[in-house]
Amino acid sequence: MSEAPFTRGQRTIIVYGIMSVIVVMVIVQLWLLTATMNAFLGGDVGIILPAALASLVCLLFNLGLLRYLHGNSRTNK
Amino acid sequence: MHRDPDGAAPAPGADGEEPQWRHDFPIDWTQDEYVARRDFTKFLGLTSLAFVLGQFWILAQSMMGRGRNAGKVTEIRGARDLPVGGSLTFSYPDEYDDCILVRTGRESFVAYSQKCTHLSCPVRPDPENNALLCPCHHGSFDLATGRPTGGPPRRPLPLVELEVRGGKVYATAVKERLQ
Repeated sequence: MSEAPFTRGQRTIIVYGIMSVIVVMVIVQLWLLTATMNAFLGGDVGIILPAALASLVCLLFNLGLLRYLHGNSRTNK
Repeated sequence: MHRDPDGAAPAPGADGEEPQWRHDFPIDWTQDEYVARRDFTKFLGLTSLAFVLGQFWILAQSMMGRGRNAGKVTEIRGARDLPVGGSLTFSYPDEYDDCILVRTGRESFVAYSQKCTHLSCPVRPDPENNALLCPCHHGSFDLATGRPTGGPPRRPLPLVELEVRGGKVYATAVKERLQ
């Protein structure tokens, strides 16, 4: 029988750590969206594409972490 | 409310039956926490996706807005009858985009968006002082260039490009400026 790499307490810390990172990324995305809308309404369109790409990178990072999280919880069932 | 730390069902009473509250609130705490965490992560993922969609919606609006009014030419009626120093308002490129035209000389005109770049109040011409004034917060712009000269505005007024053909004045484009 293979031994689990982490104890239950360690897994809980990892899960909450990952969720904290995801929450921070979502807040960064919210800031990006408000800053982009502000710039767009002010006539500054040069920032829109880089901000959209940055937000997309945040989403992909979040999805990767969520996939890891869900995969981890599935193997620990 | 008492909660078993392991999420297990509480020990039955002395007579072997479960307490009444257990029947009234049959919550499986372990399952409840598991579902709550999964739902929360799903919610975070969907929120993240919604923000990205919002960003790309802004991008689409920006690109559509740029193409929608490109090359639109509109005659400004009444411009030729204006006295030097006189002004009139017109709509360009859409009916909701108010602009102001000022005749600065016999053959020279300037036109800008009428929305103050501070908080969008309509600006009014003050030809005696060679300025456009915003009455809301006492912002002022140079009449010849549209650049801010006082008050809260930091960006120049969008410039409406004009063309005089056959005695008529036409608006041909709006030029947004950041500096």
